[in-house]
Amino acid sequence: MPSLIDIRRRIRSVKNTQQITKAMKMVATARLRRAQERVINARPYSRMAGEILRNVAAAAAGDERVGENPLLAVREEKRIQLILVTSDRGLAGGFNSNLIKAAQGFLAEHAGQQVEMELYGRKARDFFTRRAAKVSGEVTGISQAPTLADAKALADKMIERFKNEEVDAVYLLYNEFKSVLTQKVTLKKMLPMAVQAGGTPQRDYIFEQPPAEMLGRLLPNYILLQILEAFLESAAAEHAARMTAMDAASTNANDVINKLTLYMNRVRQATITREIIEVVSGASALE
Amino acid sequence: MAGQLTLEVATPERLLLKEQVKGVTVPGLDGELGILPEHAPLLSELGCGPLSFELENGQKKYISICGGYVEVLPDHVRVLAAQAENASEIDAKRAEVALQRANERLLHPTADLDVARALNSLKRAQARLSVAKIAAGK
Repeated sequence: MPSLIDIRRRIRSVKNTQQITKAMKMVATARLRRAQERVINARPYSRMAGEILRNVAAAAAGDERVGENPLLAVREEKRIQLILVTSDRGLAGGFNSNLIKAAQGFLAEHAGQQVEMELYGRKARDFFTRRAAKVSGEVTGISQAPTLADAKALADKMIERFKNEEVDAVYLLYNEFKSVLTQKVTLKKMLPMAVQAGGTPQRDYIFEQPPAEMLGRLLPNYILLQILEAFLESAAAEHAARMTAMDAASTNANDVINKLTLYMNRVRQATITREIIEVVSGASALE
Repeated sequence: MAGQLTLEVATPERLLLKEQVKGVTVPGLDGELGILPEHAPLLSELGCGPLSFELENGQKKYISICGGYVEVLPDHVRVLAAQAENASEIDAKRAEVALQRANERLLHPTADLDVARALNSLKRAQARLSVAKIAAGK
C-alpha cells in the first residue's frame, strides 16, 4: 500500500499539470477568437472573387486563347506536388496526426508516381524529413498567424513549378475549420485548375479588358486565395483542436485528483483504525 | 434621384468598407472610371490610385487601392483590391520613403533590378501619398 506522502505528492503533481492545461486552454480560446475573426474577414473577398472568376470564365469560354493558359494544362500526373499544412506546436489532440495519416495514405495511393512534398509547420517537417520522403521545401514558424505574404510566397512557387513542368499536379492537404469541435482533413486539387466553362454569364457584362486576358490574371490570384484560405482555416482549426484537447485534459485531471483524494482518505482512515486497534489491544494486554 | 448604390471594398484579409454611396470613382487599369447608380454591368481590372466616393450626405471620402478587380452592377459596386487602405491608415512618411527609394532604383538601375516590381512599389507609394495629401488638406 502506498504511503500517504506518496499519494499527496501524486495529487500535487496532477494539480500542477492541470494548471498548465487550463492555462493552455485559455490561451487557445483567446487565439481561436482572433483566428476565427480572420477567417470570417477573409470570406467576403473569396466569395466575390469566386463569383467574378465564374463570370469571367463563362464570358471567356469559346475563346481559344483560354486553352493556352498554362495553369489549365492537364498533363498525365507523373510528378505530384503535395502541400501539407500542419502546426508548429503539438498538444492539439489529433490535429497533426490525422493530417499526417492522411498524407501517408495519399503517398501510398500514389506510390506509382513521384510525390514531392511542400511542408508547412514543424510537425510535418519533423515527421517527413526523418522518413524517406521527397521534400521540395519546408516552412516553419507561421502556422499560428499566417499572413498574406506567406501565402503569396507559396502560391508563386507552386505556379512557377507547375508552369515549368516540374510537377504535373498540385494538391493541398490541410485541416478545415468546420466548427470549434470538429476539424476536417481536406484534400484539394489546386493545379491544373478546373474552370467550368460552358456556363452562360449571369449578366451581360461590359469588359474593360478582354475576358481571356482577365482570366489569365485572375487564375493566379485565385490560387493565392485558396492557399490563404487554407492557412487561415488551418490556424483556426489548430487553436480549436488545442482548446478541445486541453479542456478534456483539464477535466481528466480533475477526475484523477478526485479519485486520488478518495483513495488518500481511505488510506488515512485505515491507518487511524489500525493505530486505534494497536492502542486498544496494547491496553487490554496490560490488564 | 436614381436608385441606390452600395459600395463594397474587400481585400483578401478583410472587408474594408460597405456603404451606401451616391457615386464612386475607381482607378481602372486603363484610366479612371466614374460610376453612378444604374450603371451597366461591367467588369474591370484595377490599377493603383485613389478611390473616391460620395456618401449620401454629400461627404467625399478617399481610400487608396492597388491592383485587383471591380465588378459593377446597377445597384452595387464590388471592389476586390489586392491592397486597400483607409486614409487614416496611411503612413505618409513611410510612403514618401518608399517613393524615393523606388525612384532611386529606377533612375540608377542595377543589373539585377526587377523593373516591374520597382514600378509597382512606385505606383503604390504614389497612390498612398495622393490619398494622404487629400486627407491632410481637409
